[in-house]
Amino acid sequence: MTKAGPASVEFRNVSMRYGSVTAVDNVSFTVEAGKLVTLLGPSGCGKTTTLRMIAGLEIASDGQILIGGQDVTRLSAADRDVSMVFQSYALFPHMSVLENAAYGPTVKGLGKEKSREMALDKLALVGLKGFENRYPSELSGGQQQRVAVARALVLEPQVLLFDEPLSNLDAKLRRRVREEIRELQQDLNLTVAYVTHDQEEALAVSDKIIVMSNAKIAQQGAPRALYEEPANAFVADFIGDANLIDVTVTAVVDGRADVAIGPASVSLPARGLGPGPAKVAIRPESLLLSGQVGQSSLPGTISKCAYLGNHLDIMVETPVGELFVIQYGHHAMLEPGTPVSLSFAGSGVTLIPPA
Amino acid sequence: MRSATKLALLLGWLGYAVLPWYFVEGMSLTRLDWAAGYPLGKAGSALALGLSGQAPWLLPIGAALAAITAFVASRDAARTATVLIWAGALGLALLFAQGFAIALENQGIPWLAALLGSTGATQRGMGGGAFVTVVALLLLLCHGLAYRGICRGDLFTTCSIGIVILLIGLFIFFPVSTILRSALVDQSGAFAPSAFFARFFDSSIWGLGCLSANVNCGVAWNTLVLAVLCGVITTLLGLACALLILRTGMPGKRVMRALTVLPIITPPFVIGLALILLFGRAGVISTFLYEWFGIARSRWLYGLPGVLLAQVLAFAPIAFLVLIGVVQGISPSLEEASQTLGAKRWQTFRTVTWPLLKPGIANAFLLGFVESMADFGNPLVLGGNFEVLSTKIFFAVVGAAYNQGQAAVLAIILLAFTLGAFWVQQRWLGGKSYTTVTGKGDSGLPTPLPRRITWLATTAIVPWVALTFVIYLVILVGGFVKSMGRNHTPTLEHYATGFAIDFSNGIYFQGSAWNSFFTTIKVAAISAPLTAVIGLLTAYLLTRQKFGGRGMLEFATMLSFAIPGTVLGVAYILAFNVPPIEITGTGLILIIAFVFRNMPVGVRSGIAGLSQIDKSLDEASTTLRARSFTTLWRVVLPLLRPALVSALVYSFVRSMTAVSAVIFLVSAEYNLATAYIVGRVEAGEFGLAIAYSSVLIVFMAFGIGLIQLGVGERKLGRRKVAALNSSVSDPITQGAAS
Repeated sequence: MTKAGPASVEFRNVSMRYGSVTAVDNVSFTVEAGKLVTLLGPSGCGKTTTLRMIAGLEIASDGQILIGGQDVTRLSAADRDVSMVFQSYALFPHMSVLENAAYGPTVKGLGKEKSREMALDKLALVGLKGFENRYPSELSGGQQQRVAVARALVLEPQVLLFDEPLSNLDAKLRRRVREEIRELQQDLNLTVAYVTHDQEEALAVSDKIIVMSNAKIAQQGAPRALYEEPANAFVADFIGDANLIDVTVTAVVDGRADVAIGPASVSLPARGLGPGPAKVAIRPESLLLSGQVGQSSLPGTISKCAYLGNHLDIMVETPVGELFVIQYGHHAMLEPGTPVSLSFAGSGVTLIPPA
Repeated sequence: MRSATKLALLLGWLGYAVLPWYFVEGMSLTRLDWAAGYPLGKAGSALALGLSGQAPWLLPIGAALAAITAFVASRDAARTATVLIWAGALGLALLFAQGFAIALENQGIPWLAALLGSTGATQRGMGGGAFVTVVALLLLLCHGLAYRGICRGDLFTTCSIGIVILLIGLFIFFPVSTILRSALVDQSGAFAPSAFFARFFDSSIWGLGCLSANVNCGVAWNTLVLAVLCGVITTLLGLACALLILRTGMPGKRVMRALTVLPIITPPFVIGLALILLFGRAGVISTFLYEWFGIARSRWLYGLPGVLLAQVLAFAPIAFLVLIGVVQGISPSLEEASQTLGAKRWQTFRTVTWPLLKPGIANAFLLGFVESMADFGNPLVLGGNFEVLSTKIFFAVVGAAYNQGQAAVLAIILLAFTLGAFWVQQRWLGGKSYTTVTGKGDSGLPTPLPRRITWLATTAIVPWVALTFVIYLVILVGGFVKSMGRNHTPTLEHYATGFAIDFSNGIYFQGSAWNSFFTTIKVAAISAPLTAVIGLLTAYLLTRQKFGGRGMLEFATMLSFAIPGTVLGVAYILAFNVPPIEITGTGLILIIAFVFRNMPVGVRSGIAGLSQIDKSLDEASTTLRARSFTTLWRVVLPLLRPALVSALVYSFVRSMTAVSAVIFLVSAEYNLATAYIVGRVEAGEFGLAIAYSSVLIVFMAFGIGLIQLGVGERKLGRRKVAALNSSVSDPITQGAAS
């Protein structure tokens, strides 16, 4: 059996239009071989369409798609070496677990014995030994999901696609399964493209995240880069929570910008911005509550405070608007109306170009 | 070139060079005198006839095949594709051009014939060779398109689309457009639009004489009045029944459900026949009334009242079936919400229930309207002097005053009415149905009906159910007495006449009905699988494939739903009585008529079935490297089995009960049960007719029961999945009357 190994996926200026609606607009990116890349975005942003174009289930209106360096833009799904795990799992309800897993090699004409062997191999890999003769309707959601993964793995595709694979699982199971998917990807050295709308899931599993918004790529990069240096307000707000505040850059010296946030003033990396109006994204955990009022702190009053076990969600009324603050650890509740002073942590405060 | 393409090419040569090109009558495998002179003569192949100079216009078709053959070994995929597309398309064009141009004497298209190299020659209808060649050329063309990347290069998809389009074009659009053409020519065949207008505005169609003087009104008005009355009454009865069953504690839910099966297995005119035996001049009840109360026997039954009564009895169960679904669909919590807001029962009904029912009611009305328009059997049996469009068309074709043009004009009017109703249903109601069934569980009890509605409904339902019961009793008993209404001596005489078997000399089916009975079963059994296959394939293409012109195909299939049987029958007679497709009088035309008459049933159950199969299953199969055909075969078909079975059963049953389309097409050799029964009724042999009808009904009830037992529920794994009940009942509610 010839094994092609993982292959890279490359999009060059790809667009997808349905009539007058543009679902994906001039998108370019690369998924390197053996990496897990997440397509992240709110519903309707074009991420699933992008995934389906990799699979060949949709044929791009414009641009070029390359898998392993070969142009596959106009190839149908059946001609691409790509497998997909569907959101609904799409297990064939009239076939047993084994028949489902053996479907790929069977229709490829590899023979019954060989197909069975390959299917059993991958079913064992996902921990479903002994379930071969069950039908999909007799399995739990998590088990069905594993069958879907095994079925996609059997042909050892060059690229494996996941379309929101965890959305039908409960919260606890979700964390475990996503870790398993990541382990599997790294152990088998697979190229994986993964669609999700859950930013936490994306941060947890990805080598690289591509954030999409309104049919375009908003930003792509490593999880940490996206969280710490969001390129725009959308990414800052979508990945993690962020307070977005209109500010003025007063001066830029040596790549550091002096920024006036209301009455307070802080020094931040300029990120190529010059003096003038800008925005700043502040993570809620980067706003620190303190008693003293200083030059780099913002006065405010508590408007709401909610207890959430390991942290407090606090809303603070300030001169630049209402800010969302998270206080980790075991602090006392704060009464609404209490005057406070907010200072800024060393990280989690980022300048963003004005939209 | 892929091997599938080579196979198609081989098929093309088989049809062109080997098989008899023309339709040969009296073909049989035991006696070969029909093949005299082969490869020339009557059964000659196109190649031989073309080369010998007898039919030189057939040679260019061979040239198209030869051009493709030259590229069999070519490695240049792009050029091969181009050659396949051009040669396939040109071959098809030439084939049809010569077929239509060169026909019988004084027919065809002379200038085109001259262009193709014929000088006043004639030719007969195309046969097996021509058919195989057409299919092969079409496949080659579609393969060429697939090589070009159409439909993602999937051979199966392009070929299926091609074949479905060809079949619909040939057997629906061509005949229907022939009607249009016939309407525009005069008796001698010359183009005469004035004749069209004269016929169209004839007072026998649109006259309103009955309002002022004592003459008959035009057939168009008769038909409209009848259809509106039938629509209103069936809808009211169906609604009353649905409300009673779902909203009161009335018993008999199962009985009513069973009642809905009756119209499917009852040939439409049988109700009329039973009514004659009950209320006719010598009917059981008429006689009773005369003898006991001195009420004079009259002919009230023959005319509008009788036809209306028969149609209401025949079609009310269909309205019931539609409306019970609508009433069930109204979520009880809506009514409960209304009540918690302080509305009384009657207010709730008026402000919540009724508005939600309205679209369903309009739908049921239109269905009754169209069924009545298309009904042929009851007006024929009971109409008397009351003529409607369908019977008038029939008499224009088979009557003494054979008038093809008039039949065509009448057919156009009927078609316009039904298409109009269909259009209203699609456009106006399409977006107006309030689906209140959500996926979520909806606890709550339906509000009981207000008392006055309950009373009203009950008074309407009881006589209806009672009459239906009596009618079926008459049908079942009628065959066992000497003469219903006159002489009730028990006898087996009618069954003996129809179904006697002589065992004295081996088995000999002596009865006069056997011939038509066997023909019917044979024709129905051949056409049912074809219907199912074409219907499901079309449904698959419409719901699962994307291709240019899908909207057109969808429209064409939808359109074929609305064509009344009478119109299709006339269209077939007009279109297939002359070359290039000359098949009237054969069994083949009956099969084709059934297939395309029942295709809507197949398409509908296919679409209903497919809509319950998640599309991602297809996609999963595709991403696992399966091609369309593999996906269809391994994933879709197994899941579609209930839909397949229901399509099979209903097209079989509908074939057995159909009258309107086939009464034009039967011949002495190929007679069908229904046509035979209608003949017996017209000859006054009611005993035999009713005996035969009851045999048909029992036969079909038995068949349906058997199938429902066998494939009642689909089991997937151990847990039950909701069976495709909707698709099982759907064809009945939606298919137009036979």
